[in-house]
Amino acid sequence: MRAAQSGDRVAYERLLREISPLIRALVRRHCSNRADIEEMVQDTLLTVHRVRHTYDPSRPFCPWLAAIAWRRSIDALRRRMRIARYETPEQGVYETFSEATANSDLEAVRSAEELGDLLQLLPARQRQALESLKLKEMTLAEASAASGQSVAALKVNTHRALKALRALMQGRER
Amino acid sequence: MQTDRLIESLAARLQPVRRLRSPLLRALLWLAVVGAASLVLIMREAHLTIFMQRIATPRVAVECFATALTAITAVIAAFETSVPGHSPWWALLPLPPLLLWLAASGLGCLANGLGVYGAHGSAGESYSCFAFIAGASLPLAVGLFWMLRRTRPIAPLPVAALGTLGVAATAAFILQFFHPFDVTVIDLALHLAAIALVVLIGTAWRRRLLAAA
Repeated sequence: MRAAQSGDRVAYERLLREISPLIRALVRRHCSNRADIEEMVQDTLLTVHRVRHTYDPSRPFCPWLAAIAWRRSIDALRRRMRIARYETPEQGVYETFSEATANSDLEAVRSAEELGDLLQLLPARQRQALESLKLKEMTLAEASAASGQSVAALKVNTHRALKALRALMQGRER
Repeated sequence: MQTDRLIESLAARLQPVRRLRSPLLRALLWLAVVGAASLVLIMREAHLTIFMQRIATPRVAVECFATALTAITAVIAAFETSVPGHSPWWALLPLPPLLLWLAASGLGCLANGLGVYGAHGSAGESYSCFAFIAGASLPLAVGLFWMLRRTRPIAPLPVAALGTLGVAATAAFILQFFHPFDVTVIDLALHLAAIALVVLIGTAWRRRLLAAA
C-alpha cells in the first residue's frame, strides 16, 4: 500500500488482487447472496481507492481494510432493507407487448435524437448515471470509477433519471 | 470477472497521493489556530474584569474548564473517527467533559434559584447568547470541515456530530468571556438549543460537507 500511495501501479494491482479474497471473506459474514457479495467487494475496492491517502504505513493494514469492508457491508445491508421497506418492483417497466402501439413508453421516443433532447433536460448526475449504465452498458463498478459517484448514488440517480424521463415522455405525449 | 476488470481499471488510473498527517496532529493544528484567534478576540473585546470575578466561583471555573475540554476532546475524536481503522471508542471521549459541563451549568441554575431570567432581568441577553453560539460556530465549522473533508470519511455521521459538537463547545467557551451574568434556566436552555441546532445542521448535511467516500 505504501508503494501504491507513491503511484506504483503494478504493486497496487497486486495488492487489490491479494486483498479481494480477504474482503470477500469479510463481507460473507454479513451476506450470503453471491451477486450481493461481489457488489460489496467492488464497493469496498472503490472505497479503498478513494481513501488510500488515509492509510498510515506505521499502522497495521488489516484493521484499516476491515473497517472499510465492514462499513461498506453495513451500508449495503441498510440500503437493501430500505429498498425492501419502501419500494416495490414495478413490473410494467420490463413488460413489452406484441402490439407495437401498446408499448407507449417506447413509441413515445421515436428517434435517438429525441431521446438525446430529453436526456439534456435531466440533471447532470442523473444523465451521467443513465448514460453510463443504460446506454454505454457499463457495470456499476466501472460507472462508479468513471464518474466518481458511489454505487449507491448511481443506483439512486438512475432510478430518478428513469422516473424523470418517463414523466418527460408522458408530457410530450399529451 | 467484473471485479478483475475493476481492479485493472483502478490500477490503470492510479495517481500518487499525499499521505494524511496523523489525526491527532491535525486536530491540534486546528485547535492551535482557533485558540490563537480566540485569544486575540478575547484580549481585545472581552469583559475580562467581570469574567475574572465570575471565574473565582469554583462552579463557574469547573463549567469553563469542562466546556473547553468538551471542545478539545470532541475535535480530537472527530479527526480520529474520520480515519478508517481507528477505534470507534474515540467517539465517547467528549462524553465525560460534556456531562461535567451540563452538571456544572445545571448546578448554576439551581444556585440561582431556578429563576427564568436571573440577575440581568430579561431574556434578551440569553437570545444573544444563542445567536453568538450559532453564529460563531459557522466560521469555526468551515475551517474544521475543510480539514476533515480531506479524509473523505467512510462513516460521516459520528465525524459530523463530533465535529459540530466541537465547534459549538468552542463557541460556548468563547462566549464565557462575553457573558457578564451567571447561567439561568433560559440561558442554559438556549445554549443547549444553539448547540443542538449546530449539531443537527452539521449531521444533516454531513455527506456534502465532508465529501464522504
